[in-house]
Amino acid sequence: MTDPTRLTLAEARDALRARKLSAGELTRAHLGAVEKARALNAYIVETPEKALAMAEASDARLARGEAGPLEGLPIGVKDLYATEGVHTQACSHILDGFKPRYESTVTSQLWRDGAVMLGKLNMDEFAMGSANETSYYGPVASPWLPPNRDADWARAALADPGKKGLLTPGGSSGGSASAVAAHLCLAATASDTGGSIRQPAAFTGTVGIKPTYGRCSRWGMVAFASSLDQAGPIARTTRDCAIMLGSMAGHDPRDATSVDAPVPDYEAAVGRSIKGLRIGIPREYRIDGMPAEIEALWSRGVEWLRAAGAEIVDISLPHTRHALPAYYIVAPAEASSNLARYDGVRYGLRVPGRDIADMYEQTRRAGFGAEVRRRVMIGTYVLSAGYYDAYYVRAQKIRTLIKQDFEKVYADGVDAILTPATPSAAFGIGEKGSADPVEMYLNDVFTVTVNMAGLPGIAVPAGLSGDGLPLGLQIIGRPFGEETLFSVAEVIEQSAGRSPLPARWW
Amino acid sequence: MNTHAKPSKLIKGATGDWEIVVGMEIHAQVNSRSKLFSGASTAFGGDPNSHVSLVDAAMPGMLPVINEECVKQAVRTGLGLKARINNRSTFDRKNYFYPDLPQGYQISQFKSPIVGEGEVIVDVSPTEQITVGIERLHLEQDAGKSLHDQSPTDSFVDLNRSGVALMEIVSKPDIRSAEEARAYVTKLRTILRYIGSCDGDMEKGNLRADVNVSVRRPGDGLGTRCEIKNVNSIRFIGQAVETEARRQIAILEDGGSINQETRLFDPARGETRAMRSKEEAHDYRYFPDPDLLPLEFDQAFVDALAAGLPELPDAKKARFMRDYGLPAYDAGVLVADRETADYYEAAVRHGGATRDAKIVANWVTGDIAAYANSIGVGVAQTHITPAQIAGIVDLIVDGSISGKIAKDLLAIIIAEDKSGDPRAIVEARGMKQVTDTGAIEAAVVAIIEANPDKVAQARAKPTMLGWFVGQVMKQTGGKANPQAVNDLLKSKLGI
Repeated sequence: MTDPTRLTLAEARDALRARKLSAGELTRAHLGAVEKARALNAYIVETPEKALAMAEASDARLARGEAGPLEGLPIGVKDLYATEGVHTQACSHILDGFKPRYESTVTSQLWRDGAVMLGKLNMDEFAMGSANETSYYGPVASPWLPPNRDADWARAALADPGKKGLLTPGGSSGGSASAVAAHLCLAATASDTGGSIRQPAAFTGTVGIKPTYGRCSRWGMVAFASSLDQAGPIARTTRDCAIMLGSMAGHDPRDATSVDAPVPDYEAAVGRSIKGLRIGIPREYRIDGMPAEIEALWSRGVEWLRAAGAEIVDISLPHTRHALPAYYIVAPAEASSNLARYDGVRYGLRVPGRDIADMYEQTRRAGFGAEVRRRVMIGTYVLSAGYYDAYYVRAQKIRTLIKQDFEKVYADGVDAILTPATPSAAFGIGEKGSADPVEMYLNDVFTVTVNMAGLPGIAVPAGLSGDGLPLGLQIIGRPFGEETLFSVAEVIEQSAGRSPLPARWW
Repeated sequence: MNTHAKPSKLIKGATGDWEIVVGMEIHAQVNSRSKLFSGASTAFGGDPNSHVSLVDAAMPGMLPVINEECVKQAVRTGLGLKARINNRSTFDRKNYFYPDLPQGYQISQFKSPIVGEGEVIVDVSPTEQITVGIERLHLEQDAGKSLHDQSPTDSFVDLNRSGVALMEIVSKPDIRSAEEARAYVTKLRTILRYIGSCDGDMEKGNLRADVNVSVRRPGDGLGTRCEIKNVNSIRFIGQAVETEARRQIAILEDGGSINQETRLFDPARGETRAMRSKEEAHDYRYFPDPDLLPLEFDQAFVDALAAGLPELPDAKKARFMRDYGLPAYDAGVLVADRETADYYEAAVRHGGATRDAKIVANWVTGDIAAYANSIGVGVAQTHITPAQIAGIVDLIVDGSISGKIAKDLLAIIIAEDKSGDPRAIVEARGMKQVTDTGAIEAAVVAIIEANPDKVAQARAKPTMLGWFVGQVMKQTGGKANPQAVNDLLKSKLGI
């Protein structure tokens, strides 16, 4: 076998089980790739000793025939997940030096099933961002070359910490998406509050699923907006996502919002016929100024599904246009409260002050980046006496209406909904949002409704833009309809033909 | 709410009468082994930060999970307050920064509490009973404790209390005097202790009161109130009400007005002091806690808890009055403490017999209570057993000893023969009352014969009989049955 990092997760799993490859070899190949790709800035912490020790243990289990579902498969972990004894900062300076004495439920389930940890992945600070530019550890570069740029130019651009001119992998799970697309892991954990799995997946030609709210435990995930946050994987294929989610999902009594429902065999849904499924096409997602190539991509997706035997129906989700503004009230409101614990008293950064109030102010000023401070201020404002009813209460009402839009459509017999994943292909690092943050927030226009309604959504690559950049389609499901999403996504993946990911230039 | 001012409650000011209006928020620590949202111990007195879970310390990614036992205790308490139980309630976050509040917010119930309106019947005096309305009861987390005396430069934080469950019990402004305020808290504490939902230990801070005080002219609407925070003894609650009311009256009579503010009571100086005014009040930015689902349970859950409740003080009092013929006051005193009430009943019913319940009540609330008080314990914690009380009372009732000898007998049980059987002590020490009329008659005759002058006096003035009684008792060592002595003397003296 020449380069095991080019395998999909499923292929690597099968090779390990067939003893054609060892977990040690597979892990070393990935560690080598990670080392060579440091300039991409996808990993902020590498854990090679841990990875090799885990791989060795996996090889022993494989030899004994006791392999778990993910035995020996190297993955990356978004810095949002608490990993015992390993740097966990949600890429914020305020958690400076924080190494938890506990392991998140999701990652502990992955290790239980035999996965191997390569390191911690870059992300937007506290998952607040859509381009991985708010990370304390600097931006992540996408392995996709910008249009009309060659590898020499890109290597030079990569040497600069600002990575100007290179493409963003999206955010907030930018490190996860970049690492998966650059073959720096077989799959990665990610998280999605308003689109943070699906947008980066779409930008990097990878597959990412945000499951139903409550499907994965949030215990041990650094909280951004508790009612919207949900764990999920990014991987190179639909099948790989299904395998990952099977290990990540499940009820956890330590998370009151996690749902006690059995975890289906998601992989079995990959390749299942979608004949007779009713796929809704929401007219409200045809937004003003949408690029023609996104329209065309969407239409192609419709045709593929129709060809696979699905019934296509036009639907209406009338409150869609209110979702983004409502989201940018609810999410910052929860964040302003969730981030109050970072006060310099018990862990992480502490900047001394004259008195306690001064210590709080100095610590939080130094510890939080500009975007986090902005959202904490927005959140504090919308929860304040006199504004609460006008903002927070109204946003929650809109949220209910959005939910009802979906419920109505599903009650009418629709099984899943097809939309574009993003309004555009990946843009350049530093290109958006510097003057007006709303420009960046608009990235989430197709994805936030799904979080607001607590539904599952998957982004799957469906083709390339005129500039040769990946574009994705999103499929939105019924609550706990993840299997349907995997079946539909697989049809798109097969119909589109898997576009080759970029060869190494970094 | 009481709308008509009772003249007896009014305070005389320089310019006329004033009425005090008090409402209270009682914070009662829930009796449970673990905290409201974590598995950490609630034990008192551990080393600093020895009872702290990852959740209590608000480590990143930690989530609260409701402790069912705390929910049950709140429901039980609600039932004890004859209150509406809300089968669906929600938790909100109260946001503020303080070092002993690790999350940066307290999880509380702001909008939909677990318990709604109820009432408490309060005995203010042997002759006066009032009803205080309950507005609501909700569950919330306690904060930790800042320690400022451990270092010259730094403060330390002890999180052992952080996350411990509290019930906040909010009364309606139905209280009209310091005396009523004290009686209300006393009664509430009795109910909590009966139910077992709070130990009511104010010294440990397990029960503390925020007291809202305002004054008004009789018949007027409510005045501006001040909230006196964290008063931690029943005596201080009374003092705080009195002091604060007088302060407000003085201001109003001087033509001033009351600022709505939060104040502290300083028992050493006997004054209240401003903490912060309404303008400086925090904006707590309450919103529903997204980490917790609404708290929901069905009626069967409530019914099962209701079925498991003990007999509560009001019911017990009514039963004592009905079954034992006790006056309301005696019954009220006995049921104020559940153990005392149980002790009393055990004495009344000891050995399967039912003895004179009123005499038993007199002993328990009289001599036994006095002794218990002198050594600083409750009646039930003394070494004197209900069986011994029963024994003493039986000896009195069957005429074996007089009331006076009974007191001597108790003194022996208290000091010398602690586990002694009263009847055996009386036998062994020859304390038995002489009821043999032959022996008494001999003594009577002897004294009459020896004192002819006194006999003449007595015949002229029958109250002289007392002198003869005294002499007979002296001669018989106090053991003669006083009734028999009286009867014999009267017949022999012909009076």
